[in-house]
Amino acid sequence: MQLNEIKIAVNQFLDQEFSPDLSLVEWRRRLVAAGWAAPSWPEDCFGRGFSAEQSAVVEQVFKSRRIVGAAQVGPRRLAAETILVHGSTDQKNRYLPSILTGEHSWCQLFSEPGSGSDLAGAATKAELSGDRWIVNGQKVWNTSAHHADFGILVARTDWDVPKHQGLSYFLIDMRQPGVEVRPLKQMNGHASFNEVFLTDAVVRGDDLVGGEGQGWAVATTTLSIERQGFARGRNPRATHSAPAQGRLYDEEAKELEIDNAPYTWYPQREGRPDLVFERAKATGAIADSAVRQEMAKLVCLSEAAKISARFVAAHRKMGNNEVLPAGSIGKLGASVIARQAAQVHTMISGTDAMLSGPGSSMEGVIAETLISVPAISIAGGTDEIQKNIIAERVLGMPKEQRQDTGPFRNIPRNIG
Amino acid sequence: MQETFTEDQSQFREVVRKFLGDQSPMTAVRELQETESGFDAKVWQSLGQNLGLPGTHLPEAYGGLGFGPIELGIILEEMGRSLYCGPFLSSAVMAGYAVSLFADEASRQALIPELSSGDLRATLVLDSLDRPEQVGKTLAVDTANHLTGRAEIVIDGLTADELFVMAESPEGLGLYQVSPGAEGVNLQARESIDLTRKLSRVVFDHTPVQRIGRVDPAGLQRFWNLACVALSHEMIGGAEALLESTVEYTKIRVQFGRPIGSFQALKHRCADLLMSLEFAKAATYQAAFGLAVDNGPSFSANMAKAMASDCFMETARAGIQLRGGLGFTWEDDTHLYFKRAKCDEVLLGLPHVHRERMIQQMEDSDRAA
Repeated sequence: MQLNEIKIAVNQFLDQEFSPDLSLVEWRRRLVAAGWAAPSWPEDCFGRGFSAEQSAVVEQVFKSRRIVGAAQVGPRRLAAETILVHGSTDQKNRYLPSILTGEHSWCQLFSEPGSGSDLAGAATKAELSGDRWIVNGQKVWNTSAHHADFGILVARTDWDVPKHQGLSYFLIDMRQPGVEVRPLKQMNGHASFNEVFLTDAVVRGDDLVGGEGQGWAVATTTLSIERQGFARGRNPRATHSAPAQGRLYDEEAKELEIDNAPYTWYPQREGRPDLVFERAKATGAIADSAVRQEMAKLVCLSEAAKISARFVAAHRKMGNNEVLPAGSIGKLGASVIARQAAQVHTMISGTDAMLSGPGSSMEGVIAETLISVPAISIAGGTDEIQKNIIAERVLGMPKEQRQDTGPFRNIPRNIG
Repeated sequence: MQETFTEDQSQFREVVRKFLGDQSPMTAVRELQETESGFDAKVWQSLGQNLGLPGTHLPEAYGGLGFGPIELGIILEEMGRSLYCGPFLSSAVMAGYAVSLFADEASRQALIPELSSGDLRATLVLDSLDRPEQVGKTLAVDTANHLTGRAEIVIDGLTADELFVMAESPEGLGLYQVSPGAEGVNLQARESIDLTRKLSRVVFDHTPVQRIGRVDPAGLQRFWNLACVALSHEMIGGAEALLESTVEYTKIRVQFGRPIGSFQALKHRCADLLMSLEFAKAATYQAAFGLAVDNGPSFSANMAKAMASDCFMETARAGIQLRGGLGFTWEDDTHLYFKRAKCDEVLLGLPHVHRERMIQQMEDSDRAA
């Protein structure tokens, strides 16, 4: 479809079908049925097989008419895109529509107390019993698990093969007695994550994704989607300044409030470089030559990261499929930028950097920044792991000799 | 504005890379750095007459090739990779830009064809290679067109056929032309830590000179931006070549029974260098893309120069460190890059000077808004 044809078709559809008095779910069902909920998805999978450029046109029409689109916020995106790549037709049909309509929310059950960076060392156990899997173990760092309907789960199904080969990937119903969710309080006072205890939890036999023992390959897809999100910066979806009237919008506002709650501090973990110049001016710190130097270093980093991302996009647009080195440094860049920004904010604040809460700089936003930035170099793969990946895959440096080969059962691991 | 390199530009890069690979291998660099002139006249001739490289960025109407900062940048980047020894920066970039930006019509017609072909090797004498606002503070021309003063660092001054000088005068800052053999010109070689680029000092004592153009502050800033961005390309080219060779070394050097590149301490350092390089490249290319289409502020050039300088030095320090003792020997090539990095870092303004300019411009546009 030509871009202007798309525009006409979307507008036509909206003229006929959209009403702010519909329920949120009913409206999104119509979107899904017509293929406008996720136009970049394949035609046989609720989408229209649109290119990024074509999808952008759809998004633009939605935005300009203030139309509510498919549910997007939160780990549901990771689940949806992974199912899209690796799921069976039955799984796609069972799960994708209710993700798009927002009826079901999802969480990610990957990390464990004993396996963080070494995700493939997961020791949560899944055993086949008749036509279902019985799962036992503990997961951690599970955003939105406290209100999730389903989870994407990595668990070990074979202890006698090398660790990457013994993992399987499941879709698990969170609303069952064997699943207990407890909030996990972080150093910045928020509790965006949870711990999830799995005790004889049940997974349907047909909720295995990509085959037994294929879990690592499937998880890799999820992780790469997650990393792309980090490089782009994952701000909570902005709430609209002039909320439109109607049942649909009320329901959307409620949904966003719940979905965005874990992410209110996420802009702060990126270091809030956007606030630096104004603060430096307002406090007079901009007169300090040391502050000016550090500010300029920050501008260099954040501008270069943006330019670099644009180059990668332009390179792809020209039809080049080779992976550029620049494409691999985004997440590491985000960490460096966040740390530099936090340091500049500290210099601008001076001793006021000790203060927190409503009486402190920018109603506590700066304090929250200073104590949230450490998260960005850990979440979604630590800086150190990112550097290993860059060194080995981009620069081709030799891998370290592994201590974790052979049957997983024999590999030393954390106790308890 | 361009978003990435065109097919033609990528092919041009290949041509330049092949030429320098053939004509400027490391063995030649090592030989030439020991000579007084510091370059191979035959290679220079071929680079000018066969490829027209010195005129790449100079206007077509005067015998240049009529391309811009992007294509010039590609050349400099490739020269930086190979540490090409020759008066390209001094003659083609600095003198070439000065003449094309500031010289009067007659001088352009006379000089640009010769500069473009490489038949004329010139250099630009500036009394400050540090910041544009210092230019013309110690070189002055009197009403009788006699130049007096000194420039402490002149690139390739001893081998230049012609000197172009920016000097203050009763008519304001001007561009002057003088032969190195003219009366009252005293050129002396200076020792440089970077033997691949020859430095000298020039003292003028009532030297009769010819005024060939006026240098206005905006033009001088434009000149400085163009030169900084060209130099930034040289630095990212050098940094990239050195990162590549350093990484290769860590793959073959074995200690404790394993290649040292398998140690995380080295991997992490190399990953940091790659990020620094990719960011510096992004800033440098963006600056060239911008300069190619507009005459705007120097912000991008400042950013490119600051980042490329830091990146090249960081890579050079690591290049030596990761080679251990070998990296500190004369026999190994790493020190050649290290020395080039050190000189490029300070040439046309240290990183902190450029960073300060960035903040000044942010303040200016904030006040204007």
